[in-house]
Amino acid sequence: MPGLEDLYREIVLDHYRNPRNRGELPCPPATRAEGFNPLCGDEVVVYTDLADGVVRDVRVGGQGCSISQSTASMMSVAVKGRSLEEVEKLERSFKAMMSIVTDGGEVAPPVDLGDLEALRGVVKFPVRIKCATLCWNTLTESLRDQP
Amino acid sequence: MSDLAAATKTHFPLLARDVYGKQIVYLDSAATSQKPQVVLDAMDAYYRTANANVHRGAYHIADIATQAMEEARAKLQHFIGAASPREIIFCRNATEAVNLVAHSWGRSNLREGDAVLLTHMEHHANIVPWHMLAAERGIELRWLPLDDDGRLDLRHLDRLLDGVRLVAFSAMSNVLGTIPPIRRIADAAHERGAVVLLDGAQYVPHVPTDVTELGCDFLAFSGHKMCGPTGIGVLWGREKLLEAMPPFMGGGEMILNVTTEGFLPNELPWKFEAGTPAIAEVVGLGAAVDYLRGIGMEAVRRHDTSLTAYALRTLTERHGDVLTIHGPPEPAARGGVLSFEYGDVHAHDISQVLDTHAVCVRAGHHCAKPLMRCLGVVATARASVYIYNDTADIDQLSEALDRVGDLFGPQ
Repeated sequence: MPGLEDLYREIVLDHYRNPRNRGELPCPPATRAEGFNPLCGDEVVVYTDLADGVVRDVRVGGQGCSISQSTASMMSVAVKGRSLEEVEKLERSFKAMMSIVTDGGEVAPPVDLGDLEALRGVVKFPVRIKCATLCWNTLTESLRDQP
Repeated sequence: MSDLAAATKTHFPLLARDVYGKQIVYLDSAATSQKPQVVLDAMDAYYRTANANVHRGAYHIADIATQAMEEARAKLQHFIGAASPREIIFCRNATEAVNLVAHSWGRSNLREGDAVLLTHMEHHANIVPWHMLAAERGIELRWLPLDDDGRLDLRHLDRLLDGVRLVAFSAMSNVLGTIPPIRRIADAAHERGAVVLLDGAQYVPHVPTDVTELGCDFLAFSGHKMCGPTGIGVLWGREKLLEAMPPFMGGGEMILNVTTEGFLPNELPWKFEAGTPAIAEVVGLGAAVDYLRGIGMEAVRRHDTSLTAYALRTLTERHGDVLTIHGPPEPAARGGVLSFEYGDVHAHDISQVLDTHAVCVRAGHHCAKPLMRCLGVVATARASVYIYNDTADIDQLSEALDRVGDLFGPQ
């Protein structure tokens, strides 16, 4: 049995208890997207402010389990100030860590995931992978909706 | 109280297995019940000795299969006190049964401006079919609210019933365990000429059921929550109503005659059973009914109630204010379904920690999002009991909840 310590690493619980970049951004200029996990009712709201192809600011709202909310917090830290290209690399790399193959199976780029590395253990709990990827899908949606 | 579980636990092969080296504690029977050996044996024997399609073929085993299916129908009829086997329609589950009523009765009886009265504690299975019909037909959906203890608030029932053609509500909430005053609501609805559909998915497996006493016109329930297999459920309806309704799905078995110009529907109940039915599952459900009748539904209800009382008492004593249990506080007013919150720990995290102690509970919105909104939560954890659970299972749950506190408690 995978141990709970694989899932609930201290850094994960820290982001859950003290979420970073929590809040809202005025839309426009920012865009807003909502994501739902129909399985457990988790909700994530992502606001992104994009300028010249760079994520100038990001805010996260919503409510849900420790994995969905801590991932959203870590993701917000990871993507803030990054170019769209870098954000895409982060997402692919993170999803590869969750054993989700994107873009026809090519190997995910080696990217420093920072705090997000702490979520590596989630892959041992298949039911929770959706919790960890919810905010990434929502982020993608909010970036796609940019004017 | 534990006497019943002591006798029945060994009847369920799955309950003998362990999880992560620990004895499994199965507390999710509101989602699906475990299956006793007699049900598995009945289905196995059917496939081994009598597998043939029903109501066609003049050979020996086809005859046995047809008889087995119709005998099971008669068992279901007696189990819920129905007047005739013609009133027992086999379908996939309670969800399909509700959809059958919405599609067939709803489309031929509801017109723009008509109202359907639901409640805030309904399962999505008794909400979405009516939303779909509302979008198509312009009918109005109304909602009976809940009071602070999770009981239906009937103070405005009379006003809400004005212009209502159908009242559709759960006989036992799958989240709160609430058992509403079914007869009172049914009588009030009938006084206004409305038809009553009961969602019995949680009620029928746990409470002695007699459709005449309940006073409803339709009753929907699933086999898999009452020791039967998945993929089989029942719609009971008053024969007069069923006779007047058009078929639900078209296909084999539901016709008397088909020509290039049209078709003539079969008699009840086959009119509503298009295609080859889930024969082995029907046989399995029949065996489940025999099994439950052998125990006695009064004994089932007594066991549930006293175990629920034990759970409410011991969980509250041990965990105090950290634990919030939703629903009516009196065990007699509810079924053995306990939705709870533990501090501000999300249900998914609670369930994850409990799982490491082999305790199986459900976490999520329980297909009742409007109710979650009324409770002001996005999700709850839910423990639910049945005939094979005992006080030791509740104690295991209670102990495992301490570990949730250890991990997620104030740092």
